[in-house]
Amino acid sequence: MLCLLVALVGATAAPASTPTVVIKDDAYAPTRLTISAGQTVTFVNQDDDAHTVTATDGTFDSKGLDTNGVWRHTFTKPGTYAYFCEMHPFMKGTIVVKSVTP
Amino acid sequence: MKRSSFLEHVGWTGAGIAYTLSAGGLFAGRAVAAMNDTVDFVQISDSHIGFHQAANPDVAGTLTSVVANINAMPVQPAFVVHTGDITHLSTAQQFSDAKAILSQLKAPLIALPGEHDVLGNDFKPYLSNFKIPQSTSGGWASWDRGGVHYIVLLNVFNFEKMGLLGNDQLDWLAKDVQPVKAGTPVVVFTHVPLYALFEEWGWTTQDGTKALALLQKFDNVTILNGHIHQIVTHSEGNIRFASAAATAYPQPKPGTAPKPGPVTLAHDDLLHAIGYRTVELDGAAARIEDRPLA
Repeated sequence: MLCLLVALVGATAAPASTPTVVIKDDAYAPTRLTISAGQTVTFVNQDDDAHTVTATDGTFDSKGLDTNGVWRHTFTKPGTYAYFCEMHPFMKGTIVVKSVTP
Repeated sequence: MKRSSFLEHVGWTGAGIAYTLSAGGLFAGRAVAAMNDTVDFVQISDSHIGFHQAANPDVAGTLTSVVANINAMPVQPAFVVHTGDITHLSTAQQFSDAKAILSQLKAPLIALPGEHDVLGNDFKPYLSNFKIPQSTSGGWASWDRGGVHYIVLLNVFNFEKMGLLGNDQLDWLAKDVQPVKAGTPVVVFTHVPLYALFEEWGWTTQDGTKALALLQKFDNVTILNGHIHQIVTHSEGNIRFASAAATAYPQPKPGTAPKPGPVTLAHDDLLHAIGYRTVELDGAAARIEDRPLA
């Protein structure tokens, strides 16, 4: 419940362009998302099955995300991060993190 | 040796189905007989305790019914094997709930982990509640009982390449089967199918052919798995495969839906699509009877 509350409060406070990946029909949408370093991506599972958001290089892992589950991760370092679902390894996504130019 | 390879989907009937897996292939079509006293073991699979979507809002209830049916067998099987996905999301509560139900079984339980039971590549929550008797440090195991060589292979630990056995397990398997005589019936339990049942949905084991090569020398091998929540049989030479129904909910037949995942049916139809399996080893053949909950 606390997690949900934090997620909701966070969502309200964030700007309208909060980067979001929706998980539905065994796919991440968008499959490839480009953000700026320091931004937080919200992953929302709108599927009827559980999924994970697991980095190929092991740097992040949502653990099991049940239906309607929300998980957020802040990407601080520029780079290209591939991820997949541990339960459905054919599900793949990429987050491209660009450096922030002053 | 004539090698045949075929894939056949076996539909449920109200009375359940029975078939014999023997060297010549698969023979189906006999109505399920009354439970006799010759069942060697029972297989259950994919209970997904913690799942609460429309496809089965009461997975604990259906597993409890399965346990009650097995406990009502006139002669108890030597053991009950659970071929994985005991829980939905590997949580301590889900393992605790699953253990509370499965510990009611009168027969000894051998429970394999599925990928849902080791999320985050973490084996500990599973090991806190279940273990495979006589298992190696990697978790896989073998034992002999009644002239049959039983093998448990784990292919759920490398998520990105699931299923994968890995070289350590394959090396172990080579040593394990080396002294076993070719005429010994062999029964193998896995979670993910050991052959390429439907690669598009990940229903395969990437290095499964290496394991199957090690099993080629045996006259009769029966490989029983879960993961796909439906009965599918397949044969390659002297190796026969039978995927089991779940105790939780069915999944689509390969390629008949855009994706795998829970299929929602009317309640009566759900009870036809889930259940348990009795296995009788009769010399060269494994007689399998799939018994739905309704």
